[in-house]
Amino acid sequence: MGSRASTLLREEEIEEIKKETGFSHSQITRLYSRFTSLDKGENGTLSREDFQRIPELAINPLGDRIINAFFPEGEDQVNFRGFMRTLAHFRPIEDNEKNKDPIASEPLNSRSNKLLFAFRLYDLDRDDKISRDELLQVLRMMVGVNISDEQLGSIADRTIQEADQNGDNSISFNEFIKVLEKVDVEQKMSIRFLH
Amino acid sequence: MACRTCLWLLGTTFFTCTVRLVVEGTEVGATQGSHPEPGVVGSNHSQAGGGHGSSISGIQIVTFKWHHVEAPYLIALWILVAGVSKMVVELNHNLTSVIPESALLIIIGWILGGIIYGADKMQTFTLTPTVFFFYLLPQVILDAGYFMPNKLFFSNMGAILVYAVIGTCWNAATVGLGLWGCWLGGAMGDIDIGLLQFLLFGSLIAAVDPVAVIAVFEEVHVNEVLFIMVFGESLLNDGVTVVLFNVFDAFVSLGGAEIDAVEIIKGIISFFVVAFGGSLVGIIFALLISLLTRCTKNIQIIEPGFIFILGYLSYLTAEMLSLSAILSIVFCGICCQKYINANMDERSVTTVRYVMKVLANGSETIIFVFLGISAIDPAVWVWNTGFILLTLLFIFVFRFIGVFLLTWILNKYRLVPLEFIDQVVMSYGGLRGAVAYGLVAMLDENKFKEKNLMVSTTLIVVYFTVMLQGITMKPLVTWLKVKRAAVTELTLAEKIQNRTFDHMLVAIEDISGQIGHNYMRDKWHNFEERWLCWFLMKPSARKSRDYIFNIFHQLNLKDAMSYVKEVRATHKVRESHDNLILQDIVPSVCLDMHEQDLTMRESEDFNAHHLLQQHLYRGRKQVLKHRYSRSHLETNRDENEVQEIFQRTMRSRLESFKSAKMGVAPAKKIQTKHQKKDKPQKVRGEGTFSPFLHVRPHSHPLIGNVMSLSTSLLGFETTSTATIFPLSFNLLLNLFLQIDQSQ
Repeated sequence: MGSRASTLLREEEIEEIKKETGFSHSQITRLYSRFTSLDKGENGTLSREDFQRIPELAINPLGDRIINAFFPEGEDQVNFRGFMRTLAHFRPIEDNEKNKDPIASEPLNSRSNKLLFAFRLYDLDRDDKISRDELLQVLRMMVGVNISDEQLGSIADRTIQEADQNGDNSISFNEFIKVLEKVDVEQKMSIRFLH
Repeated sequence: MACRTCLWLLGTTFFTCTVRLVVEGTEVGATQGSHPEPGVVGSNHSQAGGGHGSSISGIQIVTFKWHHVEAPYLIALWILVAGVSKMVVELNHNLTSVIPESALLIIIGWILGGIIYGADKMQTFTLTPTVFFFYLLPQVILDAGYFMPNKLFFSNMGAILVYAVIGTCWNAATVGLGLWGCWLGGAMGDIDIGLLQFLLFGSLIAAVDPVAVIAVFEEVHVNEVLFIMVFGESLLNDGVTVVLFNVFDAFVSLGGAEIDAVEIIKGIISFFVVAFGGSLVGIIFALLISLLTRCTKNIQIIEPGFIFILGYLSYLTAEMLSLSAILSIVFCGICCQKYINANMDERSVTTVRYVMKVLANGSETIIFVFLGISAIDPAVWVWNTGFILLTLLFIFVFRFIGVFLLTWILNKYRLVPLEFIDQVVMSYGGLRGAVAYGLVAMLDENKFKEKNLMVSTTLIVVYFTVMLQGITMKPLVTWLKVKRAAVTELTLAEKIQNRTFDHMLVAIEDISGQIGHNYMRDKWHNFEERWLCWFLMKPSARKSRDYIFNIFHQLNLKDAMSYVKEVRATHKVRESHDNLILQDIVPSVCLDMHEQDLTMRESEDFNAHHLLQQHLYRGRKQVLKHRYSRSHLETNRDENEVQEIFQRTMRSRLESFKSAKMGVAPAKKIQTKHQKKDKPQKVRGEGTFSPFLHVRPHSHPLIGNVMSLSTSLLGFETTSTATIFPLSFNLLLNLFLQIDQSQ
């Protein structure tokens, strides 16, 4: 960090990112140019305002939450590594990766990591549980204004009822995984990044 | 009611036939026998004008001047008959949802043809190439071009071109060669035909027909990408069809011996010339139309007429230069949409839209009815089992192979791959229609000894694709989709999560810059805004786009004021200057005007699923809008959703920004007093908004945010209101700065 000009990405860094995230060389350079175009302050990091500058996010119900997901706990700036790390969650799972050596650490775009990302969208306080309030907040963001709070509350209650197995009236990460076991998460949370 | 219209329809046809019989009966000469087309004005009519014979005995009070009016009368009558048939077809909606309208119209055509044949012992009315290509097809294509969803079209242009050019060439080659091979093998018996004629036949039967595609896809609602692929392909493949048809026609005339490499190269060059030349002609006419509408302020009443005339002229000009007429008129419609909608008065725009639909719908109806009628003509029927069945088989099979092959290649380069079901629908939806029939009817009988065989085969192919494939398309799609979806009903959690995933994906796509702004597109937008709009749009049109902004500005200013007032009240901060400033702006509009009283309690046991289904925001991917429809003019209803989300987002951002700043305010109070000396005109007392003062406006992140929002406004392609929303944040900020600077 510091005053080093962030216009060039060094080869070693690209290699490291490649190993960590699994993106290809050209994908990394392409995303780097996107990163720099978002980085209006030109200090090598993105702040929340840089993300908010993307107009389409303003009309996405979960826009601000997704922006939050890029920033690690308590920080206000994200560097390119962090940016790529978050985006890596959305890489499609390739077949050859499924047979990977189990000793190596789980890739960022594995099914459970994708689900963890989705879980964290709900679970803002990071207590590993989606409480009724947290669910209600997300629901409120995703529905129109014609649903009253009571109705939304009942929907939230019923959702928790369906998913909750240990009766603590909140959804833990394991319960979350179980509820979504029939959903094709791999396909629903993947984007084809341009080669 | 149904009986009445049926009777009326039958009555009209009987009237037509009896009129003809009467006419023939009273005719002096036998010149009437061969007037098949309503569109061709024979020269005999004016000469044989009844009542002007040389022998008049006395003054006739009333005379029956049939020949005087024959041609226009028949035309008008046929249009009426076609319209009434459409009415009959639309009587029963259950029927039209199973069998597509086009198929029903063909059936009615058969009935009518049968009646006429029975009355006349010959088919006096058929769909002739002249009438079809000059009077019926142009408006259909102009309609397609004018209502084309441009952004969707151009973003998928690569794929569309691949299918249109390579796909059509593949179809033509394989069908032609396949048939030739089978002929050599003796499957068709003894017919007088050669390789070149097979190739020609292949090229005219290969092309997917836009009229038929629209007619069938109206009923089957597919996602917009798939639709634009098939539709775009059907429009653009005309370039290839025209070239192939002309090239092979010339080859047949030359005879096989004259063909050498030079001719083939000429053929390839002619493809490029025809295709690009046709498009260029269309673009030139689009420019003309836009420029013309720029100056028609004083003749608004006939403004709409120019569009149609110039569109038609673009078609004819391309035809005259032997370029692709369909491409010309399509590009004319595509390119001029935006400018004429901006330049013309609102009523003129509405007129153009409706008249365009009327003409296109009417033409389509007439085309299908006549396709049916033309079949009832024993003179053209030649049956050759081998030829016909093999043609059907080949076009079906080779279409599937071609589409799957091309899609497999394309998916490597596409952001959103085309799924299996999409490919099936695309292959199955490759319908042939009247264009093929028109082309085959243009063949010269002397060069093509087996013309009638080809005509019969084409008719059968058209009927097969339009009727059979049209009818079975919907069940096929439903069956395929049901097969892939889960059998069990999704739980609430799954439903919610699915929607969350969709929103997530859209957001990540936007962040990573996948969809939307790329370099070329941005460049084009900038160029277009700077030069083209200046050149082609009326100055007042350019300003009125701002006018709409201004109106919204006013409304949002009120919103913003009331919001500020509301927020301040909740934070309970003492401001001495507040009342002064806010006094003259009395907002009567509350920002929370959307939260209405919920009186809709559906029932005791309300269905959470149903509620969720109804009210979850759909987001960008979910919208399965049928962007182009022959019979419906729709307005964009998603604006409410967008507006709600936008307001909510901006509100929460503003709140977090304010709470961040207000938390800092007390500590910085003292410093602002010092800064007062430096900027006397800006600082005047404290207030909650003093933190703003020591931040330079340009480095203010929210202002920077807003500035870039405004500049990227021009990238927004949808309705004008959608481009306005980012501005409301601008206004909120301006409000703060105003208040803050006036202190």
